[in-house]
Amino acid sequence: MRHAPVRPSPERAPRGVNGESPAVRFPDMKRMKRRTGTGRTERSYPPLMLAAAVSVSLIALIPLCFVVGYSASIGPTEAARLVFRPRTGELLWNTVRLAAGCVLLCAVIGVSAAWLVERSALPGLRVWNVLLVAPLAIPAFVNSFGWVSLMPGATGYGGALLIVTLSYFPLVYLPVAAALRGLDPALEESAHALGHSPWRTFLRVVLPQLRPALLGGSLLISLHLLAEFGALQMLRFPTFTTAIYDQYQSTFNGPAANMLAGVLVVLCLLLLLAELRLRGRARYARLGAGSARPSPRTRLGRGTAPVLLGLGVLIALALGVPLGSLGYWLTMGTSSAFPVGMLVTTTLTSVGLGAAGAILTTVIALPVAWLCVRRPGRLSVILERSTYFGNALPGIVVALALVTIAIRLTPALYQTTALLLTAYAILFLPRTMVNVRSALAQAPPVLEDVAHALGAGRSATFRRVTLRLIAPGLGAGTALVFIAIVTELTATLLLAPIGTHTLATQFWSHSDSIAYAASAPYAALMVLISAPATYLLTREARKGARA
Amino acid sequence: MTALTIIGVTKSFGTTSVLEGIDLHVPAGSLTAVLGPSGCGKTTLLRLIAGFADPDAGAIAIGDQTVFAPGRSVPPQRRRVGYVAQEGALFPHLSVAANITFGLSRSARRAGERVPELLDLVGLDRRLATRFPHELSGGQQQRVALARALAPGPSVVLLDEPFSSLDAGLREGTRRAVVQALREISATAVLVTHDQAEALSLADQVAVMRQGRLIQLDAPAKLYRYPCDTGVAGFVGESVLLPADLRDGEAECALGVLPLRDSDDAAEASAQPRRGAVLIRPEQIRLHPFADAAGVGAQVADVSFFGHDAAVRLDLLPDGPRVTARVLGQDLPVPGELVRLTVTGDVLAYPADRMLGTPAVTS
Repeated sequence: MRHAPVRPSPERAPRGVNGESPAVRFPDMKRMKRRTGTGRTERSYPPLMLAAAVSVSLIALIPLCFVVGYSASIGPTEAARLVFRPRTGELLWNTVRLAAGCVLLCAVIGVSAAWLVERSALPGLRVWNVLLVAPLAIPAFVNSFGWVSLMPGATGYGGALLIVTLSYFPLVYLPVAAALRGLDPALEESAHALGHSPWRTFLRVVLPQLRPALLGGSLLISLHLLAEFGALQMLRFPTFTTAIYDQYQSTFNGPAANMLAGVLVVLCLLLLLAELRLRGRARYARLGAGSARPSPRTRLGRGTAPVLLGLGVLIALALGVPLGSLGYWLTMGTSSAFPVGMLVTTTLTSVGLGAAGAILTTVIALPVAWLCVRRPGRLSVILERSTYFGNALPGIVVALALVTIAIRLTPALYQTTALLLTAYAILFLPRTMVNVRSALAQAPPVLEDVAHALGAGRSATFRRVTLRLIAPGLGAGTALVFIAIVTELTATLLLAPIGTHTLATQFWSHSDSIAYAASAPYAALMVLISAPATYLLTREARKGARA
Repeated sequence: MTALTIIGVTKSFGTTSVLEGIDLHVPAGSLTAVLGPSGCGKTTLLRLIAGFADPDAGAIAIGDQTVFAPGRSVPPQRRRVGYVAQEGALFPHLSVAANITFGLSRSARRAGERVPELLDLVGLDRRLATRFPHELSGGQQQRVALARALAPGPSVVLLDEPFSSLDAGLREGTRRAVVQALREISATAVLVTHDQAEALSLADQVAVMRQGRLIQLDAPAKLYRYPCDTGVAGFVGESVLLPADLRDGEAECALGVLPLRDSDDAAEASAQPRRGAVLIRPEQIRLHPFADAAGVGAQVADVSFFGHDAAVRLDLLPDGPRVTARVLGQDLPVPGELVRLTVTGDVLAYPADRMLGTPAVTS
């Protein structure tokens, strides 16, 4: 009681109203568990979580280590000879201009579409929301199949830019729309009150809040493009990935391909650094009283018709053309020629692999995302970034890395489904990571404090509070990965155990030989399977907004 | 419920010292308000008690269980504290009933028996049980948060500025409901607030904090009558401080010769007269017609009318300091009017060393 000087007065009690003695005994010191404050002090890492996150990032780093190790093994002179060629410059220019153009277009389309669906009084909001996510159900290589098989001239930079933009803009639309839903309308109202016009409010208040979602989406698209193979191969637009594939496939030139992959890895590193610098330190969890109200919607007035027309054209190009083309080729082939048995088996295989891989990927994304959001620091950033490498490496490099390592170290794993699932997890971690991370960022930490105070331990708190709050984000992440796996081509081509055929591999083997009509049913099935997951994605997002 | 004892607790974040040796005893079944301006460390203190963070030194005991001593810390989920966060922090994915039963065992959760009882306790309609948090008003959310905190039968209830986000109309009713519920189950409670009226009206004892230190711990009436320095005097209520000559049992100041309240300082002054100041509360100053014989002349500067009463700021004649008087809302003077002032009751003496800032006048 050192620091409680109290003005003495005749009737005053010594301490406390009842004059109770402040003396306290410490009888149960021995029974107390020794703790050094792990977990609760906000700077420490819970050991189990850390161990899980470290294992996940180590697995995600396998392909990178393979590429680096390979490059090192061939020596610096040979490596330099393979890298510094005019061909590399050409591929670099192609890859960079495609990624830059696509990110820019997707950001504009994705943010505008998200604002229209979440904040404006657009007629048919629910339908648009579904339609704007639907292009995700059409793999980029099916999309380009649709365009090329109808318009063989849709090749080169223009064609490639158009087709990848139409395929990838939902990757910006989805997180931005989710962020807009989570945004406290009071922020916008405050800006209006401070004299900002709606447009200035959007630029100065809303857009900065959307930055994590927008950057996350853009990063995802860039990484996606660095790894895109099927679509660009079909459009004959050479980038690093197609060149690497050609090297492997046609000449089995391992060193050359690996060095190109090395350049790709450098590009990926640059992207990661850029995002890290741009993201800043701001917190994006909502601050303020109670639960967020839904936002008022802006009336479009005279703008309604042009806006509807614009969205209509977008959807026609992104969905209409590829679906129309598929329909055309389906009717061209005679239905009696459909190999029904084969179609059923490949479908079941694809769905099973997709479900298992998606759940695995989301589960292992959790510890890394949790550390990144709740214990931000150098270590958690490094762990999170390391999971991004998978997406920047072409599926074929991931596959070959796993094949090589499995043959050398764990032959029992070679030609197993487990190895294929590992490849999927490495490839698609970044996709689910973005969703899991932003979901966690929007779940207020005070709720976890409250749960602890109510007697819930760390795992119970996670199960009963955090998990429920981030469920929409997890659902979205899982659905994204499911779609990605069902439509994954290159890694599956190499890693699928003998006799395991998926829709994508069957489609590719037919379309490779320009058997458009024969490949169409497999493409259609891929779209059909992806469609419900895509629809669920939009519904989950809605539910998340309501809860 | 049980008592809460905090001994010598310190905490710093990096190089910033937030708490510097806090000692506090909260008797069983009583409500202690921790009162202080924002940034004084009061919320940190609450988080240390709850176990969300650990002190750098000191000890915390709840009843006879030590929950923190250096190197040993009971995690929050085993401290049996009820925690009501600033804005309720209800789980948005759970209904009111599920929020309330969150801290109960699985079987009790399923039965949900205690929900109506707890809703009654905090004065909420039982039909709200199926609602979701976003369908409740701020005041209702706070009451549900309290019901949730009370459901597992905590040893101590911690309330972190629970009323600050409510508007005035809701605030009074919510305060009353919350305190009534706490009293009904004789809860040991710590309420953190920056609102002196809230602290004085709700608590059994008030702990005043300033810059990471606990500077006074007293029952509300005592705190108001005997603030330990002029800073606390101004923080727990409006104060008029006038320079004065302190002597045997009385003080001579601009408002005349006034009787001194019994205190150590008064005793020392009677032994040896000295310069200092006196604390007069505005409600002690009475206004009289200027024509009256008694009292000190003053001119009305302005009047703030609150309905039930009014604050009148006056300049003592001829050019004396400005003082504030609190008068009932009828027969108010108008600015410029001349009046006479008298002081009822005794005043508190401050020797020069217990004055913070200017000893002249605050109002």
